[in-house]
Amino acid sequence: MASEQTHSGNPKVDIEYRKKKSAEEMRYQIVSFSMMIFLTLVAFIAVGYGDFSAWFIVPFILLLAIVQVVFQLYYFMHMSHKGHEAPALFLYSGLLVGLITILTFMTIIWW
Amino acid sequence: MHVEDKFTAETWPAAPEKQTLEGKNKFLGFWLFLGGETVLFASLFATYLALKDKVPNAEHTLAKDLFELPIVFVATMLLLTSSLTSVYAMYHMKNFNFKKMQLWLGLTVLLGFAFLLLEIYEFNHYVHEYHHTFTSSAFGSAFYTLVGFHGGHVAFGLLWIVTLMVRNAKRGLDLYNAPKFYVASLYWHFIDVVWVFIFTVVYLMGMVG
Repeated sequence: MASEQTHSGNPKVDIEYRKKKSAEEMRYQIVSFSMMIFLTLVAFIAVGYGDFSAWFIVPFILLLAIVQVVFQLYYFMHMSHKGHEAPALFLYSGLLVGLITILTFMTIIWW
Repeated sequence: MHVEDKFTAETWPAAPEKQTLEGKNKFLGFWLFLGGETVLFASLFATYLALKDKVPNAEHTLAKDLFELPIVFVATMLLLTSSLTSVYAMYHMKNFNFKKMQLWLGLTVLLGFAFLLLEIYEFNHYVHEYHHTFTSSAFGSAFYTLVGFHGGHVAFGLLWIVTLMVRNAKRGLDLYNAPKFYVASLYWHFIDVVWVFIFTVVYLMGMVG
């Protein structure tokens, strides 16, 4: 947005500042990516090599997936930035309808 | 600022994707679309969960005997990495570096294409080794609809990004195409979001039984 534009009056200073900001954000992206890889590895290892009961493993890997998706949405898709109020409303509304659908299908289809 | 304006790295705005009215509208409209996509995929997940392992007789292969973790793991790594490469592409877009943006988008496309090839191999394997087809059981229908719909999104995303790359190859970056690149990369991340739930709910939970 225009309001986020920096105007020091000196384009060279502005670009230095912005490049620094971008590089800083890119570091967060790399951290997010490492976390996502780590969470994926944990989930695969837990299922492939772990000797856990289904009652533990299913909620556990679902939790890992949710954490990973939060990283993806808030960092990779920039939902942590300003100006994402409407996207959050759209996404969470969709998610609400979706979760109700899943709950319905899982409970009443084989009733 | 207008769409036709020529920019340099110094004059390029900090949020080029939302600098024009068209860009702002695209951004908002695209997120509304992603909200709708969430509902679409959730209903396919709901169908899959309701119909998982629902087969007419004991000759049909069930999820835990069908899936193999190594191939799913490789597919996951490919798609996850392609999400990072598209983040790099947008990083260079914001720094007004068109060539590097194109390079990272190209890498994204290659990784996405490798994922798609792996999925085709996987489906082919299920059909020929296990006779697990779209019409063999309710389980088969639900599985191929959900995972196939995701694969279809990957294929569409690849065509979309390649089209943008080719059509804008000579134009360079401006406020006309910056929102287009940005929105395509959002779509690509969303595909990865859906895949995270597919590998967890379909494959990993399928292995658990």
